Amino acid sequence: MQYSEKVMEHFANPHNVGVIEDANGVGEIGNAKCGDIMKMYLKIEDDIIVDVKFKTYGCASAIATSSIATDLIKGQPISEALKLTNKAVVEALDGLPAVKIHCSVLAEQAIKAALADYYTRQGIDPEPIVGKIEDHDHHDACHI
Amino acid sequence: MRYVYADNAATTPVSKKVVEAMLPYMTEHYGNPSSLYGIGQTAARAVDKARQQVAAALGADAKEIFFTSGGSEADNWAIKGAAALGAKKGKKHLITSKFEHHAVLHTMAALEKDGFKVTYLDVYENGIVRVEDVEKAITDETCLVSIMYANNEIGTVQPIAEIGKLCHDKGVLFHTDAVQAVGHLKIDVKEQNIDMLSLSGHKFHAVKGTGALYCRKGLRLPNLIEGGAQEAGRRAGTENVPGIVGLGVAITEMNEHLEENYNKVKSLRDRLFEGASKISHSRINGDKEKRLPGNFSMCFEGVEGESLLLMLDMKGVSASSGSACTSGSLDPSHVLLSIGLKHEVAHGSLRLSLNENNTEEDVDYILEVLPPIIERLRDMSPLWEHILENEKNN
Repeated sequence: MQYSEKVMEHFANPHNVGVIEDANGVGEIGNAKCGDIMKMYLKIEDDIIVDVKFKTYGCASAIATSSIATDLIKGQPISEALKLTNKAVVEALDGLPAVKIHCSVLAEQAIKAALADYYTRQGIDPEPIVGKIEDHDHHDACHI
Repeated sequence: MRYVYADNAATTPVSKKVVEAMLPYMTEHYGNPSSLYGIGQTAARAVDKARQQVAAALGADAKEIFFTSGGSEADNWAIKGAAALGAKKGKKHLITSKFEHHAVLHTMAALEKDGFKVTYLDVYENGIVRVEDVEKAITDETCLVSIMYANNEIGTVQPIAEIGKLCHDKGVLFHTDAVQAVGHLKIDVKEQNIDMLSLSGHKFHAVKGTGALYCRKGLRLPNLIEGGAQEAGRRAGTENVPGIVGLGVAITEMNEHLEENYNKVKSLRDRLFEGASKISHSRINGDKEKRLPGNFSMCFEGVEGESLLLMLDMKGVSASSGSACTSGSLDPSHVLLSIGLKHEVAHGSLRLSLNENNTEEDVDYILEVLPPIIERLRDMSPLWEHILENEKNN
């Protein structure tokens, strides 16, 4: 198993690490048993993601996917963030080892969870917009 | 930047003495030991000498040493061989522990598919097999007990002599995977009633691809490889002469400095434990005393092992972890789970394995870079947040 240079770069110096105190959308996905948890903080103004920060517990690829995913949605309208797929995350990192693909899914889901929280806070049912969030928290196995 | 190699349980550098001893057997005395002319016989004598050296280090007879390609091959041979002997007498039960190396566990699993029954003994929180559990598990059907000498991840040393005596008294064969112990602990196969013992050269400064199985006189295992008279006809194939020569030199060298190395390495390791234990929410895995002198295994809550060891690598420290991410699966190592660690704790494991080449400066350097790495990872860890919140609420 080998990581691309891009993964190592984002792992060594991850972008957008931290907390947004006045975030209006927060999502957490994953669980400790499976070895990875991602928490995303979004600051959304006029349907634009003006700021995004994350905290991640997990392996190098979990940290790197969080970092690149936040880069990809920062400054983007919500509609663009909703289109972000785990494939796009993997491509932006110049690939991930097969056993680490689930980390990219986690990043996609963490963003969706944060967006769902944003809509919930507005009193809007998020499911028709964001879709179902596959949180493996609620599964017995650690596979997504 | 300083470079610290702290993964000696994975492999070791080949010592200069070993390289020097091996070289002439590649370029000058390159003969096939089965050939009758000069350089062939020189090679044959070198293999004989190495066999005596390995035997002497284990308290065995030269005829009881069979060279293999390494520890996994020796484990496979011993276990499958003993199982085949047992099956002939209608004894199809084997006993092992839950935290053996996969060379043993996977061999056992393969035998289960072939209709053998296997008992996997608990190793408890301290990572040590209880002799009374072995005794309870032995039945009239039991053909083999296989318990590792020392664990590869947490370093705990098993009561080998006691298990050996028990097996001897009960008339059951006893094998031990001593890959982590040979060259580091005093071993006497006769005194300890060991019938079969596996060892691997690259764990003590010989080259990769070398190893041996000690098999007690009178115990006739089925041949491993057919096709020649090498290794008393039991494991055919032209000998890896340079590798075998190196193995003999390496084991002799280690045994000559056994006590001195033990004391030095243990004191370095204890210094490491002492320093790292100051990190909050950390724990030592396995018995603190009954373990290999160079083995350091700890878990740090709220961080994940792969990230930890990659950050250590960026600081020039080579280490290892039993986290899921490093095992290529989604579960943490079976060893850490076997001593009762929760998944989320086991994910934060770190193994450092020192040897006599390490120095106090190495240890101090590790202790300098480790705490800030853990702090950095915890700072970005939502799990760490949860741990602190839970504590506040309780």
